[in-house]
Amino acid sequence: MTSDVILSFEDVRLAFAGVVAIDGVSFTVGRDELFAIIGPNGAGKTSIFNVLSGVYRPQRGRVVFDGKDILGRRPHQIAAAGLARTFQNVELFANLTVLDNLMLGLHTHLTYGTFSAIAWFGRARRQELAARAEVERIVDFLELEQWRRMPVGLLPYGVQKRVELGRALAMRPKLLLLDEPVAGMNLEETEDMARFILDIREELKIPMILVEHDMGLVMDLADRVMVVDFGRPVATGKPAEIQRHPEVLRAYLGEAARTGETSGTGEPSGTGEVIQTATVGNTATVGEGARGTDSGGGA
Amino acid sequence: MSTMVRGRPLLYTSYEAEMALLNTRTKRVWLGVLLIIGAALPFLLTDATLQTFARAMITAVGVIGLGLLTGYAGQVSLGHAFFIGLGAYTAAVLGGDPEGRRLGFGITELLIWLPAAGLVAALAGLLVAPLAVRLRGLYLAIVTLGLVFVGGHIFNEWRDATGGPGIGRSMPAPTLFGYELGVNGELFTRDQKLYWLMFAVLVVFALAARNIARSRVGRAFTAIRDRDVAAGVMGVNLARYKATAFAISSFYAGCCGALLYVVPGFLAPNGVFNLEVSVLFIAMLLIGGVGTISGAILGAFFITFLPTATRLIPDAFPFISASPTEFPNVFILEQVLYGALVIIFLIFEPRGLFGIWLRLRNYWKTWPFSY
Repeated sequence: MTSDVILSFEDVRLAFAGVVAIDGVSFTVGRDELFAIIGPNGAGKTSIFNVLSGVYRPQRGRVVFDGKDILGRRPHQIAAAGLARTFQNVELFANLTVLDNLMLGLHTHLTYGTFSAIAWFGRARRQELAARAEVERIVDFLELEQWRRMPVGLLPYGVQKRVELGRALAMRPKLLLLDEPVAGMNLEETEDMARFILDIREELKIPMILVEHDMGLVMDLADRVMVVDFGRPVATGKPAEIQRHPEVLRAYLGEAARTGETSGTGEPSGTGEVIQTATVGNTATVGEGARGTDSGGGA
Repeated sequence: MSTMVRGRPLLYTSYEAEMALLNTRTKRVWLGVLLIIGAALPFLLTDATLQTFARAMITAVGVIGLGLLTGYAGQVSLGHAFFIGLGAYTAAVLGGDPEGRRLGFGITELLIWLPAAGLVAALAGLLVAPLAVRLRGLYLAIVTLGLVFVGGHIFNEWRDATGGPGIGRSMPAPTLFGYELGVNGELFTRDQKLYWLMFAVLVVFALAARNIARSRVGRAFTAIRDRDVAAGVMGVNLARYKATAFAISSFYAGCCGALLYVVPGFLAPNGVFNLEVSVLFIAMLLIGGVGTISGAILGAFFITFLPTATRLIPDAFPFISASPTEFPNVFILEQVLYGALVIIFLIFEPRGLFGIWLRLRNYWKTWPFSY
């Protein structure tokens, strides 16, 4: 069993003074799994990512990645271990071109030193040329050809999100963390991104953790889903189970929705579809979107 | 190389051609022309003008160094004058007369004292670097400002090495493989030889800086400048690269300082390495263009030749005096001009002279169409 697990996140607690961001969350991710984390805004999803990539240090818990305990390591060490991520708000290097951003993803895989760089001879030159060829494969994979030489700050938002995914892929990750890859995108861009995520699974075989508010995307793509609320784990399971889980419905739709559903006449999957359809292609939070639909249905 | 098809300058058929330093024909031609003109100038100009050129070129080395630290890595430093001073005194001490009244080791070989001056400054830069890991922006600027005052005190008080305030010491006459560069020879004058020396040093340092900028090191610098948290998550060791930036920048500053006073041949300690010098270097960087090597060189030339240009003003406008004792004089005007230029560039062309060049180039590229 352990050899099938790329990441195990055990009983982590993270608090900022009095605010508890993560409170006893545990989960594991398999080597060929797409694991999704969902929850209302402020539930602690991005905090989990920040703990994983070493930006935050939790007070309690253990994080084992690829057989190594990575808790307390610095971000660049965790990156070198093979954990790559994208950010909720695009964190690209705005003044660099698409190519340079992707090359930066390869940073830990280029081993030449400063003196070799100054001379641009031998190792430095060889590695840079190889890196350029490798980056071109990512450009091809993510269909970024027409923007190659543009500074990313000038690109449309949807393309920036794609470049960020490319930069994470350039790190040759063993595990990829995607923080809201389709937030703020229109339907077409969302479909493109979903296609890339599927391509990454099938062609590159990289396990992923996906944080996303777009329930359509999550329920279609994820193998397993974990729901968090106020930093606590609510439920973990297959998408179909999660859609019907009473605690999940309570977290998303409120107590009234759950009692209404249980006292109602039928269609146990009906409320699940509320979650699924409420926010497709929508930037609103699941909580708000679902509540709106719910009250509309009740009226 | 036939890897580039004529008429389609952006069509590359190999990564070697695409990633080459001079990846277009225009760049190759213009750099060649500039190098030829640069090497030929000593036959065309007077020795006095050559001295100004030599000073501009060696100042450019210092500005390039500051550009790597502040322009590329985004670490604002007001301590550049301190590192320049360290380099200057290291050179003076190493090359000084061992029999003289001041500390001196009599090593006049350029290939020894020039790198040594750079290394001493780089070492000091490494010691300062941990501060940059903890601080950023204005806080780092203020802390590095402290260096200038500490340095000023040491330079004033350590009379054995520096000569002390108001006295100073002479700079060594450089020799290269035993060939005297600092005296008039049979074929060439001292100023011609020093001009070529500075020219060669500038070409080497500018090329090295360009290579750093386009390598993984330079990319790490820009990543730290643009988004430091994201840079860390992408695998950039922030502490290490900030230290590298400080070390490289200080090395450039040290070499700049070592050669800057070779042309006048004398180094007086009071007020030479103060805050004003640091600010002047930042002004040169801003006016030339932050984040580019050619911008740094342009800025250094522009500011170094500014006094030469302002000295001509009293001829045209007689109410401005050429004497420092009368009121509206050129020296006051010069100071005002520095300030005004920085403000004007920051507001109207933050990319500096390099930005103006880009605009001109793009205008003529599409001329007579507006886009």
